[in-house]
Amino acid sequence: MIRKEAMNDHAYGSVCNLADLTPESVRNTVVRKEKLSPVLTLLEINTPLIAASARAGQFVMVWTGEHGERLPMTISDWDPVKGTITIIFQEVGRGTIELGRFEVGDDIPSLAGPLGRPTEIANYGTAVVIGGGVGTAIARPVAAALKKAGNKLITIIGAREKSLIILEKEMNAISDRLIITTDDGSYGRKGLVTDALKDLLDAGGIDIVVAIGPMPMMRFVAKTTEPYGVKTIVSLDPIMIDGTGMCGGCRVTVGGKTMFTCVDGPDFDGHQVDWDELGARKAFYFQEEQAAKEDAVAGGVR
Amino acid sequence: MAKGGPRNPMPRQDAAERIKNFEEVALGYTEEMALDEAERCLGCKTKPCVAGCPVNIDIPGFIGKIVERDYIGASRLMKETNSLPAICGRVCPQEEQCEKLCVLAKKGESVAVGRLERFAADYEAAHTNGFEVVKPQHPELAGYHVAVVGSGPAGLTVAGDLAKMGYGVTIFEALHKTGGVLRYGIPEFRLPREILDREINYVQSLGVKFITNIIVGRTFKVADLLEKGFDAVFVGSGAGAPKLMGIPGENLSGVYSGNEWLTRINLMRAHHADYATPIKLPKKACIIGAGNTAMDCTRTALRVGAEQVTIVYRRGRQEMPARAEEIENAEHEGVIFKLLTNPKRFIGDENGAVKAMECLRMELGEPDDSGRRRPIAVPGSEFEIECDTVIVALGQNPNPLIRTTTDGLNTQSWGGIIIDPETGMTSIPGVFAGGDAVTGEATVISAMGAAKIAAVGIDKYIREKHGLS
Repeated sequence: MIRKEAMNDHAYGSVCNLADLTPESVRNTVVRKEKLSPVLTLLEINTPLIAASARAGQFVMVWTGEHGERLPMTISDWDPVKGTITIIFQEVGRGTIELGRFEVGDDIPSLAGPLGRPTEIANYGTAVVIGGGVGTAIARPVAAALKKAGNKLITIIGAREKSLIILEKEMNAISDRLIITTDDGSYGRKGLVTDALKDLLDAGGIDIVVAIGPMPMMRFVAKTTEPYGVKTIVSLDPIMIDGTGMCGGCRVTVGGKTMFTCVDGPDFDGHQVDWDELGARKAFYFQEEQAAKEDAVAGGVR
Repeated sequence: MAKGGPRNPMPRQDAAERIKNFEEVALGYTEEMALDEAERCLGCKTKPCVAGCPVNIDIPGFIGKIVERDYIGASRLMKETNSLPAICGRVCPQEEQCEKLCVLAKKGESVAVGRLERFAADYEAAHTNGFEVVKPQHPELAGYHVAVVGSGPAGLTVAGDLAKMGYGVTIFEALHKTGGVLRYGIPEFRLPREILDREINYVQSLGVKFITNIIVGRTFKVADLLEKGFDAVFVGSGAGAPKLMGIPGENLSGVYSGNEWLTRINLMRAHHADYATPIKLPKKACIIGAGNTAMDCTRTALRVGAEQVTIVYRRGRQEMPARAEEIENAEHEGVIFKLLTNPKRFIGDENGAVKAMECLRMELGEPDDSGRRRPIAVPGSEFEIECDTVIVALGQNPNPLIRTTTDGLNTQSWGGIIIDPETGMTSIPGVFAGGDAVTGEATVISAMGAAKIAAVGIDKYIREKHGLS
């Protein structure tokens, strides 16, 4: 049921002969930068090799330079013809703050991908795609692919408050129905995405739910759908180092088995994920991350 | 020292001092020591040592040049068959290879081949600017291109050999830095970064292109390489999938694979405050396993300030797979060895971080398939070891990325790529493989030996395919 896309005909943008690649020609140049909200940044990056191979649900590993860390960033859009990919991120830690300092024309020192298994796209019937906060950016291509595969598409996008709602127009364009929720009621329906979801589940006819957003949101989406027995896919973002299956730092227990999110995921059955363990592993470096963030905000790091 | 006398010992940093830094432990021979050691070589005509060298270095030849005080010539002679002599001189298990077959070893101590290799390679680097210009043997091959997947020891070797022949070679590396396990795995106190960089630069000076951040199998596939510009592909993607124990509590925070621990420190430099990758510096660390990776993890843990570092190994001293020299180094540095001990489960605190390990005592029974005596748990012998960091260093399986994305590539049930041992060719014509991707975790030098075979196989394949003589 996996969507089969023939190896594209774009020949990796302008690169027809892979033996002609040089270290200088493989660059990742920022071609567009937008501030989607006070804390959300969009970068469109020219990187033809990755743009030619990207699929919904995959991610790239970004490294911002000698003192930086490797950050997994889900690909939120890609254009094999233009040779670009788009990432949208919240500037929440040292790595993302540093990434947010790249401007149009700058080369990002390292960008590797696409990584992870693409989301399994099929015609399930009626699909609900839920994007929480910045997760909406990642949910959009999955929603678009599900729509293209013939599903009736209901999208729910949720955020704390109105200014954090992103991609409303884009999501609306592909959805049969779009529901917006804000925690404070400043836009759309007041409440959590799970409140809107529960109403849909009660009405019946939902075949699959895909939830992408902060870990607590995905956890509660899975908890909400469980009694209804509706298949629920979540896209996990644990701590990663290499992103290629080498270190196991991103391991997570799914259905009692240890999985590596980077190569076995990032999509997993939300009903099978050991959320407590994932939460503990994600929080392990909290103190170190806070300290690094303060340095980054102060501009004190290289 | 006259011929037949004992070998010259390697000067080392004092153990109490070296555990506080990441500087190289072994300091290298002085010229005087090297000359004295080289003179111990009998220069056997039959060269038994060479038979033990997976990369066929002319050992009596280069040692002879050291005796003549032509140190640069010695280094260049080695580089005719081995592009990475300063690395091999440091990390090869010579005691299992060349030195084991040395005639002197029968009655006393072998010539210290590895130490001399290192001396000559370092001497050349210190006394020359840039690299000797090596002309390709067959310039007419420049129009034929070989893609090499992975810039570890296998990839560097096959690339160096093919470039010397005259082929156009591109190495694709998945990480942001080159060197593979030589960079993310082997700590700098065994292989300083400037030595690694220098030998990679040498391979580059031969005309090899290095392109980082390309994940073959994902960015493009092996088949794309063959369709779009390359005449052959060599897969040297290594053994990058850590083996875990599969016991309760293994996913607690603070439980690392050897790869994760080493990558954080060696590649990402997490122990430096000004590098962004975080690490929790251990107070009490337990390392499970007793191979070379386990020793590297252990000694790295000491150097980042752990107060107590314990190796937990289910067999006995005799069965430890690490090099004797590395075990000795670890002992001198104050590592505790808890042998005949095997973890049963990891115990976490209220935050899901490891705080202790429950272990069982073991006894050795009859030899198993590996020829080593099989460890058997003693019933009721459970006891706990307190620890805030656990590093599971039980070895690696081949990385699954190539295997799972390459149609028609035959692999072993455990994931190793199947090759024709004579040529290195896989089940796909034009696709070759070697090193840990084929064998599972082994040594740097065995990967290099396999790569040399593959380089010859690739040359033969391309010549036959294109009707070249």
